[in-house]
This record gives sequence, structure tokens and C-alpha cells, in this order.
Amino acid sequence: MSVVGAVGPSARMARIGRMAWAAGLLFLILAPFIGVYPIFLMKAMCYAMFACAFNLLLGYTGLLSFGHAAFMGSAAYATGWLVRSAHWSPEAGIVAGPLVAAALGLVVGLIAIRRQGIYFAMITLAMAQMIYFICLQAPFTGGEDGLQGVPRGTLFGVLPLDSDLTMYFVVLAVFVAVFLGIVRIVHSPYGQVLKAIRENEPRAISLGYAVNRYKLLAFVLSTAIAGLGGSMKTMVLGFATLSDVHWSLSGEVILMALLGGLGTFAGPAIGAMIIIGLQDFLADRVGSWVTVIIGAIFVFCVLLFRRGIVGELQVWLRRRLAKNG
Amino acid sequence: MTEIFGIPIQAFLGQLLLGLVNGSFYALLSLGLAVIFGLLGIINFTHGALYMIGAYIAWLSLEKLGLNYWWALLVAPLVVGALGIAIERGLLRVLYKLDPLYGLLLTFGLALIFEGVFRDQFGVSGQQYQVPALLRGSTDLGFMTLPNYRAWVVVASLAVCLGTWFLIEKTSLGATLRAGTENPRLVQGFGINVPMMITLTYAAGAGLAALAGVLAAPVIQITPLMGSNLIIVVFAVVVIGGMGSILGSIVTGLVLGMVEGLTKVFYPEASNIVVFVIMAVVLMFRPAGLFGKEA
Amino acid sequence: MNKISKTTTARALALSALLGVAGAAQAQISGNVIRIGIITDMSSVYADIDGPGAVEAMRMAVDEVGGAVNGKKIEILSADHQNKADVAATKAREWFDQQGLDMLIGGTNSGTGLSMATVAAEKKKPFLVVGAATSALTGAQCTPYTVHWAYDTVALAKGTGNAVVKAGGKTWFFLTADYAFGSALQADTTAVLTAAGGTVVGSVRHPLGASDFSSYMLQAQSSKAQILGLANASGDTINSIKAAKEFGVTKTMKLAGLLVFINDIHSLGLDTTQNMYLTDSWYWNRDAEARAWARKFFDKMKRMPSSLQAADYSATKQYLAAVKATGTDDADKVLAYLHKAKINDVFAKGGYIRPDGRMVHDMYLMQVKAPAESTEPWDYYKVVDTFKGESAWTSKAETKCPLWK
Repeated sequence: MSVVGAVGPSARMARIGRMAWAAGLLFLILAPFIGVYPIFLMKAMCYAMFACAFNLLLGYTGLLSFGHAAFMGSAAYATGWLVRSAHWSPEAGIVAGPLVAAALGLVVGLIAIRRQGIYFAMITLAMAQMIYFICLQAPFTGGEDGLQGVPRGTLFGVLPLDSDLTMYFVVLAVFVAVFLGIVRIVHSPYGQVLKAIRENEPRAISLGYAVNRYKLLAFVLSTAIAGLGGSMKTMVLGFATLSDVHWSLSGEVILMALLGGLGTFAGPAIGAMIIIGLQDFLADRVGSWVTVIIGAIFVFCVLLFRRGIVGELQVWLRRRLAKNG
Repeated sequence: MTEIFGIPIQAFLGQLLLGLVNGSFYALLSLGLAVIFGLLGIINFTHGALYMIGAYIAWLSLEKLGLNYWWALLVAPLVVGALGIAIERGLLRVLYKLDPLYGLLLTFGLALIFEGVFRDQFGVSGQQYQVPALLRGSTDLGFMTLPNYRAWVVVASLAVCLGTWFLIEKTSLGATLRAGTENPRLVQGFGINVPMMITLTYAAGAGLAALAGVLAAPVIQITPLMGSNLIIVVFAVVVIGGMGSILGSIVTGLVLGMVEGLTKVFYPEASNIVVFVIMAVVLMFRPAGLFGKEA
Repeated sequence: MNKISKTTTARALALSALLGVAGAAQAQISGNVIRIGIITDMSSVYADIDGPGAVEAMRMAVDEVGGAVNGKKIEILSADHQNKADVAATKAREWFDQQGLDMLIGGTNSGTGLSMATVAAEKKKPFLVVGAATSALTGAQCTPYTVHWAYDTVALAKGTGNAVVKAGGKTWFFLTADYAFGSALQADTTAVLTAAGGTVVGSVRHPLGASDFSSYMLQAQSSKAQILGLANASGDTINSIKAAKEFGVTKTMKLAGLLVFINDIHSLGLDTTQNMYLTDSWYWNRDAEARAWARKFFDKMKRMPSSLQAADYSATKQYLAAVKATGTDDADKVLAYLHKAKINDVFAKGGYIRPDGRMVHDMYLMQVKAPAESTEPWDYYKVVDTFKGESAWTSKAETKCPLWK
């Protein structure tokens, strides 16, 4: 056993954590070569970004948004339209999408942030429904048909993205960057304030923090990252549809974060991969039972599995390490 | 013929009346949700599914047992109420000490399960349910012809709404209920079985949802999706009215019905989302809803 | 130390297993198997008119050739797109990439049809669209790989629009579902009926999936039009018709259902729908051959086939015949054969495929029988008129397809 920094269980936990990251990353790098379908994984990573963004808001700041799909979807549409009809380059489209989402997030956030709990959630739902309506009515989105035929183009003018393999590594790079970014935010002094707000908002206010501004920034960051997930998804699949802004997706992302583990880093990503995998895997086989299964997972998680997969793993690991001295 | 806002006054009155019909239905539908949230603090997402089950029970009891509409009005709330007891006792009770988010997620998951099971069993095309013989036909009101069944919906909904409001706000049973949920330990000290009261309250809310389902059965397609189409609208009604307030939901339901009715005339494409616009506006100026009490 | 390494490895393995299971099928390229697939709505609003019945229809076609062509076994894949264009496109892409799909049949919902057409064109495989109605599939969005088999919005408009005006229904009021398909249907029908001498006196667009149509009925009545044109589909159409009966609209106006299937009539009953006009591509009681095939279908599915299900059978049968004749499942050769072939089967007589991908065949104007006229269950229609061949579809002068100029 190494001596450096290895004092108690928490240091060992950190080492195990790092090794798990390395293993996960290694798997993701090797995946397309060992037969995993790259399109599926790319789609899963985009939703994982979405779930991580949602977790930043709920797990770390304590704000429940019922309408988060609106941000993922509007960025998806924005990028899709800019790249397809305005002939922007892919990198410009991918940057513009999250900016659009963040702008919407700022508007919604300004209206909603002063309310608490369920009222905050309902305002986000109301605004999301209005965004859905706009997407439904606006001619450029193609309504029910969706915005189709978005070309992948050439990244920075040098890297053609048509090959699924090339696209995969671009998406992987973005995903890893987003992930590290979220870790950075949470561990920064700003992140500590967010944590304080989540745990005891009145105390944070009494300590002099402009709590609403912190919450608003968290909200905007979360919507921007959700938007990035949406934009990448449009580039991977080549279209944006109304499903991306529908409230049922807002419900699904709550489940992804819950199932994976609210307030953990890997949790939402794993939750997203499982839910996307389930929907994909089961769609051919069991049809309408997919809804029942998703519902059952919800019920199971809420009753017996509230810490989510990663959360339960962490608790179990901590207990085992403490036992073994 | 005189015109108002560009449409003939006859047509305008007709639309207003239809709005009232729909509004009274919204009021009844949101009643169960308001009761459960107002008294128990549970955000019951299963409400839509329970409404759907109520409609299916009406249809099934006709198909399999030959029970007509009037029996269904009694049977469906009882059966769904029993289901409510099972849900509360078995599942929700565990979550009271936790963040209300979990209750919401649990009921959301239950709704998905119910919908999926019914969808698997009955398909989505929907079932037909005839208007009961007594209520068929329509009455010429001069400015429009109103089907008798719709008039019945208004009468029945308003009666149940006002009855429930009266029961909860003005009777001693209601007072006990309200006290029991505000301060259970104290009321329990008086010898009242508070947990059972809570269970029965949830069951009553479920029963109200089922009653709305039976009322809806003759006029809309009975499909497993009928609840999920309406649930977020009902939610919005309860939030706008103020989540603690029964009267708030009733009034909001009626107002929404009429506003929606007018929207259908002037900008029909938006009639589905006008409730959310209202909700956003109301919550900006009255954060706890129209009649709500701020936490 | 050992325990820690084991834990780490275990976690890493578990993670990989989880992701691997959730992920993928091993890539299998079609060698000695002919794979045909259908992606349609299996569980939602269109499940009855296409759905599992479509898979059964395909199976009937496969069984007729004995389950194999030229020694290669035939495999049928099916998936539920849940009316989501992204699910449809992703599943189609996965089947082409990973499962070696040779031919794709497109199910209901125009949005999914368009998204799958894009994927099929990219992968250069035949895409036979049955369920989707949008005429854009053979119009502005035509591809060399798309064949539109059953019906489209233009045919529906030309059929019902023309016929109803000729029967005396000159003034129309439209009740339209507020989405691209509904608007297209209204626009196409408007063009046709005004050319035939009719006028549109009013219209209202309702949100998709609206539950209550009473307000729109009132607006229709106050327009004093002769005809209420329903430019919507499935549940919305059913609810509209119910409301029309309830509010006495059917006493003063005739209903023209622009997109109605026999399952909708079955759901509503003849009492409510009698005398309604509609256009369709096939009716099970049309002739003896159709009847015989329909009875076989009924034995399995316990309901009569819709025109879409008959078209699924026809598309499968013709594709397999083309594969047999050309001796290969190479997409370009098979499509070339199909484009030259005459389509003669239960579904279409004297049909052929145009350069824009349109499978041209007769369409029928039908009227719903009164309850007294119906002699057996599912006997709902009388065929009032037949639109032969080219007259039902977009003409060369009108087309927007760049492949047919």
C-alpha cells in the first residue's frame, strides 16, 4: 500500500474513484473497436451531458426544474437550423446552440428564480410549455416532421465528420471536457457556495451571499450545458424534433439523474446511458411495456434506491473500507 | 345581428357557455388533486391515471357486468378509492418524512405503470361509451343547441365541487381533517386515528378523480392516454388557484374553461397552452397562487 | 491491497458490462439472409391501422413464397417508433449499419417517413413507404430509393375534394389539426375543391390531441357551410366526429373525412359515421380476391385489414418477387426491376412505379353505409367512384421532384 496521501478511507475512496474513471474512459475509447454501436454511444453521451447539467442544478444547487428539455431542444433546433439552412460550420453551430439555450435560460431564470420549491418548478414547466409551443408553431422547425437533413460538415475546415468513427471521438472529447468542467465548477469556491445554498439557504443569505445571483448563474450554466448536449445530438443524428422539447423528456432526465445518483458526478451519466440503453434495447422487444418498466424503475428508485447507483456504490464502498481499517 | 369582438353575439355567448361546461369539468378534475395537496402536501401525479382508470371502470362495468352509467358513478370512485388506499398505505407512507420531490416522483412512476398496463391490455384506439338514455338529446337555447349531457356535467361538477368545499371548510369533520394534517401529533392525542384519516383523504381524492373519469367517458374517447394529456393542465389549475386552496382550484377551473373557450375562437392553436401563460403571469405577481397561503 | 484492486476491477468490469449490454449488437452483414424490416407505430394512436397488423401482413407475404427466395432465408424485423422521428431514424440507421437490413418498409406518421427516407437514401437501400401520407416523399424530398406505395395527401385531396363538390357540397368549413400534415391536407384539398368550383367559407386549427371539440363545432355551425372537412387523423378525427354528432352538426352539414381508416369507423360505429365521404386506396370487400385475403388476415388478427396493412403485404410481396427475378438483393438492381414491373396483386391492379417514386394505382371514393345497409361486421363502405391510374396523383406538371423532370 502506498504511503503518499494514504491515510484514511477517504483517500482510498479517491484513489478508487480515479481508477474507476480511468477504466470508464478506457472503455469509452475502445468501445467502437470492440463492437459497440458508435451511434448509440454518441446519443447516450449527449443525453449524459444533459443529465449532468440537470444534476448540477438539482443535485448540487437544490433547484428542481420541470422544463429542462426546453433548453436541450431549443439548442438542438438552433444548431440544426444554423448548420443546415444558414450553412454555418459545425463548430460555429455547436457554439451557438448552448448560447441560445443560455439566453433562454437567463430569461426563464430571471422570472423563476425568486420562487421556491414547487413554485419554481411549475414556473419552469410553464415556460417550457411555451417554448414547446413556439417550436411547434415556428415554420423553421418543421413542426411535427422535425428539422431534418442536418449535414455533419467539416470541423474547423480540416476534419470531415461524416465518418461515424471520427464523429465519435469528437463527441467523446466534448463529453470529457464537459465532465471535467462540471467537476471544476463543483469544487470551486463558487461550487461551495452553491452547496451551502442547497443545504441551508436562509443561513447563506444571513452570511451575506447574494443567493439569487448564485442560483441564477447555476441555472444559466445548467441550461448552457444541456444545450450543448442538444447541439451535439443534432450533429450526430442529423435532425432535431419536437421530442427534444417535450415535457416527457424533462421527466426522463429527472429519472436519469435519480437512477444514477443525484449529487454525484458519474451518476447522471450512468443513469442516462442505462435509460437510453433500455429504451433502445427494449423498443423492438416489448413495445408498450417500456413505459411500465420505466415507471417501475422510478418507483423502485424512490422507495429503495434513493441514492442511485453511484450513491449506493459509494456508501457501500465507504462501509467496506471503514470495516477493513 | 350585433357583433362583439368581431363575432356575432350569439356565437360569443355559445362559446362562453361551452367554456363554462369545460371549466366546471376542469374544476371537478382538479378537486381531487387540490384535496390531496391541500391536506396532505402530496403532489399526486397519479391523478391523471386514476381519472383514466375511473373511465375504464365505467366502460368495463357496462361491458362485463351490465352495470349502467348511474351505477358506474358509484362503483368507479369506490374501486379507485380502494386502489388509493393501497397506494397510500403501501407506498406513499414511506416517503412522508422526505422531500416532497420523492412523493412526486413516486406518483409519476405509478402513473407510467398504470398507463403502460392499460395500454397493453386495451390498446390505444379507445373504447366507446354511450351517453345514458336519460341524458340524450339536446336543448335549443336560442343562441346555441346544448346537448343535455353537457348540462348535466355542469350541474354534477359544480354540486360535487361545492359539496367538497363545504365539507372541508365548513364542517367539523373537515376541521378535524385540516387539524390532523397540520399537527398530527396533537390531534392524535385527542384519540383520533390520524394515519387512517390521511389514508381515507388520499382515497377520497382518488375517488374524485375517478368520478371525473366517469363523467368524461361518454364525451371523449376512453384511452389509456386520456389522463396524461390532461394532467399538466390540471396541475397548472391547482397551482394557479393556490396549492392549499380548494376554492382556488374551483374558481380557477371555471375561469380557465372560459378563457380557453374564448382562445379557441380567437387563437385556437394556442388553446392548449393558454393555461401555462396564465400560470406564469399569476405566479409572477402572486407567488403562492390566487388564493394560496405563502409557505 | 488485494481487496482494493479487486474492487476497482470489479467496478470497471461492471461498468463495461452495463454499457456493453445497454449498447450493441455485434455487426452482422447480410450474407445468406434477406432482411426486411418495418418501423411503425406499434403501441400508440396509429397502432390499429398499421402496427402489429402490418407485421402479420408481411408475414403472410413471406409465407406465400415459402419463407425463402433463391435459397436465402427471409427474416422480418419490426420496431416501434412511438411516433417519434428520431427513434425511427435511429432505429433505421442501426438496422442498416448493424443488422444488414436489405429493405425498409415505412410505417405511419409523415415525420418518421421523411426521416427514414433520408437515412435510406444515405445508406442506398430501398425504402417502401406505406403508412406515411405526405406527398413530399415523392415531391420535394424524393430520392432514388423511396417508393411511396399506398396513398398520399394529394390523392386524398383529389379524391374527396373533387367528389364531394361534384355531389353538391360547394361550401366548406375546415377543421384542421395544427401541424404540418394537417395544413398540407387542408391546402391540397382547398386547391382541388376551388378548382372544381367550391369555396372555403371558414376554417379553424385545433391543437393536436385536443380533447374537446365542442367549441369548434359551434364555429363550424355558425359558418353555415354545407361540408365540414376534417383535416386531422386518428383520435382527433374520432373525437371530432363524435362531437359533430353530439352537437347536431351532422343534421345540417355533411362530414368529409380527409384521412379516415376502416378502424376509425369500427371504433365509432355506423350510426355516428353514416353517409360520410372518404377516400382510400383499398377496401377488403372490394372484390372476391380481396375478401379471401382479408379473411385469412381476420383469422389471425381478429379484425379486418386496413388499406395500409394490405399495402404492407403488397410491398413485401413485390419486393420479394423482384429479388427472385433479379437473383440478388442488391438495392439498385432490385429497384430498377421494380420501376419496370407491373404491380398486380390483392392491393393494386395494373399498378406501376413512376420516376418520382410514386406507385400509381387506383384510388376509391367511398361513402359510409347506414346501419341498415350493412350486411355483416366490418361491412362499412360502398364504393361510389374509382379514380383510375394517374388521375388520382400529382401530375408531372405539378411535381416538385427533381428526379422527374
